[in-house]
Amino acid sequence: MGASMNSPLVDREIIQNALSTAMSNGGEWAEVFVEDRQSASTEFDEGRVEAMVSSRDLGAGIRVTVGDATGFAHTSDMSPTGLNEAAQAAAAAARGGAQITPVALRGTGTAETRAAILPASVPKARKVELLQKTDTAARDEDAAITQVTVRYSEGRRRVLVANTDGVFNADDQTRTLLSVNCVASGDQGLQTGRETVGYTVGFELFDDHDVEAMARRAAGRAITKLSARPAPSGQLPVVIERGGGGVLFHEACGHGLEADLVNKGASVFRDRIGELVAAPSVTLVDDGTMGVEWGTVAIDDEGCPTQKNVLIEDGVLTDYMWDHLRSRSEGRPASGNGRRQSYQHLPMVRMTNTYVTNGEAEPQDIIADTQNGVYVAQLGGGQVNTATGDFVFGMTEAYLIENGEITAPLREGNLIGNGPDVLRHIEVIGNDFAMGSPGTCGKDGQGVPVGDGQPTLRVAALTIGGTAS
Amino acid sequence: MTKRLELPELADQLVAAARDNEQLEVCVSRNRSTTVKAYSGQVESVRSGMSEAAGIRIVIDGRQGFASAGSLDSEVLSQLVEEARENLTFAERDPHQGIAAPDDVVPPNLDLSDPAVLQVTENERSSVAIELEQRCLSSDPRVNSVRSAAWSDGWGEFALASTSGISIHSEGGSCSVGVQPLAVDGDETQIGYAGDAARRPDALDLDRVVTEAVENATGMLGATKPASEQLTVVFEPSVAAAFLGTIAGALTGDRVIKGRSPFADRLGEQIASPKLVLFDDPTNIESLGADNHDGEGLATRKNLLIEDGVLSNYLHNSYTARRAGVQSTGSAVRSARSTPGVGIHALCLVPGTGDRNELFAQIGSGVYVRGVNGLHSGVNPVSGDFSVGAYGHHIKDGVLGAPFREATIASTLQRMLLDVVAIGGDFEFLPTGSGVASIAIADVALSGM
Repeated sequence: MGASMNSPLVDREIIQNALSTAMSNGGEWAEVFVEDRQSASTEFDEGRVEAMVSSRDLGAGIRVTVGDATGFAHTSDMSPTGLNEAAQAAAAAARGGAQITPVALRGTGTAETRAAILPASVPKARKVELLQKTDTAARDEDAAITQVTVRYSEGRRRVLVANTDGVFNADDQTRTLLSVNCVASGDQGLQTGRETVGYTVGFELFDDHDVEAMARRAAGRAITKLSARPAPSGQLPVVIERGGGGVLFHEACGHGLEADLVNKGASVFRDRIGELVAAPSVTLVDDGTMGVEWGTVAIDDEGCPTQKNVLIEDGVLTDYMWDHLRSRSEGRPASGNGRRQSYQHLPMVRMTNTYVTNGEAEPQDIIADTQNGVYVAQLGGGQVNTATGDFVFGMTEAYLIENGEITAPLREGNLIGNGPDVLRHIEVIGNDFAMGSPGTCGKDGQGVPVGDGQPTLRVAALTIGGTAS
Repeated sequence: MTKRLELPELADQLVAAARDNEQLEVCVSRNRSTTVKAYSGQVESVRSGMSEAAGIRIVIDGRQGFASAGSLDSEVLSQLVEEARENLTFAERDPHQGIAAPDDVVPPNLDLSDPAVLQVTENERSSVAIELEQRCLSSDPRVNSVRSAAWSDGWGEFALASTSGISIHSEGGSCSVGVQPLAVDGDETQIGYAGDAARRPDALDLDRVVTEAVENATGMLGATKPASEQLTVVFEPSVAAAFLGTIAGALTGDRVIKGRSPFADRLGEQIASPKLVLFDDPTNIESLGADNHDGEGLATRKNLLIEDGVLSNYLHNSYTARRAGVQSTGSAVRSARSTPGVGIHALCLVPGTGDRNELFAQIGSGVYVRGVNGLHSGVNPVSGDFSVGAYGHHIKDGVLGAPFREATIASTLQRMLLDVVAIGGDFEFLPTGSGVASIAIADVALSGM
């Protein structure tokens, strides 16, 4: 292949031919998605480089639609013959419609990288130094730190999307991430602490972020938890620290606002546009254009430019998120939320960067006004049943709040709530907005990078899944 | 296009390119799969594709490097060798690092490549997907739609060869179905799920899938949030498998050696109730996790993990075994795209006797857990803290009662093992390869209201 920076991943004519082949059985619409992904990661464990690995993937997925039916075939054979065969396979699965001539491809089909320093251009020895430095900082924090794993990963993903509406768009996405996991050993067993930094940037990530400070925070978390007591069991007010709790909204309502789930009746938020679904202080946004955040992409995986979508405004449900298929059948514009894990997958409606905007309260007042409750400083992942709205999310660093003050650290556990209930019971929102750690959102077996964020806020009641009565 | 080589030939060719001081291991694979989904009585999507993968691991003097790609193109493969060579120069020397050496264990010689799955036609795939959807819709008036009804089948081929003389090749296929009906009652919607997988299409039990999926959805209608209390939980087999899988993960060599397991240094100790016998047995063809070889090409074997509650073994690949000073247990797990880890292939427990109702009668009161969520966010296999979202039914006076939802159950992995009070006789092999039965665990905190 050897596509240079300034030429498309695959030549325009080859793509145009593949689209024509894809439409040859009477397809109504067809798309070629090309992906070239190069990634590398290094795991530093037990004080040494355990494995340095690199990987390369190049392939294409071809999609044809007729009415509500979709045919899709993927291939790693990028020769014109390989693409043609995939186009035929996709066409065979979606037959019938009228003879439609594809629109000539517009656009350049090229994109510039937004990374200042492409990670692949950085000597591997420098990456190893970075890992060593992080490891040492974590170990030096406390003698009780018995294990440290530092993981560095970089990925460059170039995509090209072309369809019979004439779309011929590309994006060049680079993500860089470093995570540190510490194990502390104490009288009551082992505890863990974790910290991650990752953005849609190149190696300049480390000019702006102090990995040693991050390592000390991760170590501190594990140490603090050595004296943690079992979390309460039952319902309590919960204050969630800024940045840490975006995943709550991702689960509480984000998934339920994905148009594919809404259309199939699998969301508690179906038929509720225009209704008050949350406390009036809640404004929820999904924004794929958001700077260098983890979920940022210039175009989604259907070639549609990403944008800022307000989903809930002052508590009122304003819109769902859309992909090509769903927006087309509703006769409305797409919202830039059609994403896929790789060229081997069909796109679905997915979130990008999802966040709640600032309120007016001072974060310290939110804590002081909480008589008894739980303060969650860091969250793990979460999961939702969109049909009922019940969702869980893990707390990996949490404390009791007693008489308006943060007190004892708590052991890990899940919290459970119901999306629509929780949204209505957001009591107060702080003025200290921050984005959280990079995440991977899983849906129907596909993982995509997402970001989330929120100011410090309090939910009137969530069920804490601890063991202390 | 270059000539398409057979996988074993390709792997051997690459191994022959190893330099004298190198240990080199090659994994190559080819897979094809097709998934058909139905919606509203029609085919909604057909997705098919062929994928290739190659992974090359080189070790020189205890330094390991690895590179992989989604291609078997000869140019890409020679690049991989160079990349793996470059990567290893950054690794620190580890005297235990290295590829697997052949041992004297004989593989079980299972025939896992049933060609029946290769005969499936486009028409059959669509009809099964549509049939699944339609049968869910007609089996209960409260089922008003089906979010997804899918058929999948695939065929894969894998070859591994190394400079230590290992050279294996395997191929086989499988097919699966899954369906998610939505049951509606007034404002309330519940989503169910059930699926099945097998090596032959005629071994799929569609009747059971439909019945279970619909029951899963309709059975939860009217569920309410329970009161918080300490009680006995009964895990249905799939939940039991998730729980036991987490336990087995904490019994793998890498976690144990690196001090990341609450069960490290406890061989020979009573870590569980005497009722519990847990083992990993990839030599049993009944399990979909069955295999002749592990991810390093060594023969698979049956490994006892917990016998009558006593911790009897950890699982090892060749690296963790060398560090622990023992033999590999043939428990390397990997794809061509990754270095070998350690894991289970076909985790099984020894079932008790009696059906599920007898188990409820024995327990008297508690909850029957049909599903959990947040296993990735509320279970810490290092500290042992266990807290997950749960739904299911109350057990009252020894019988199944009203459904509950929006609750969590919590304890620690260490305590739960000791608190196993009964194991059901409802043994089954799940599509994941685990062979499990319902298990009852006492003294678990249910958090709700």
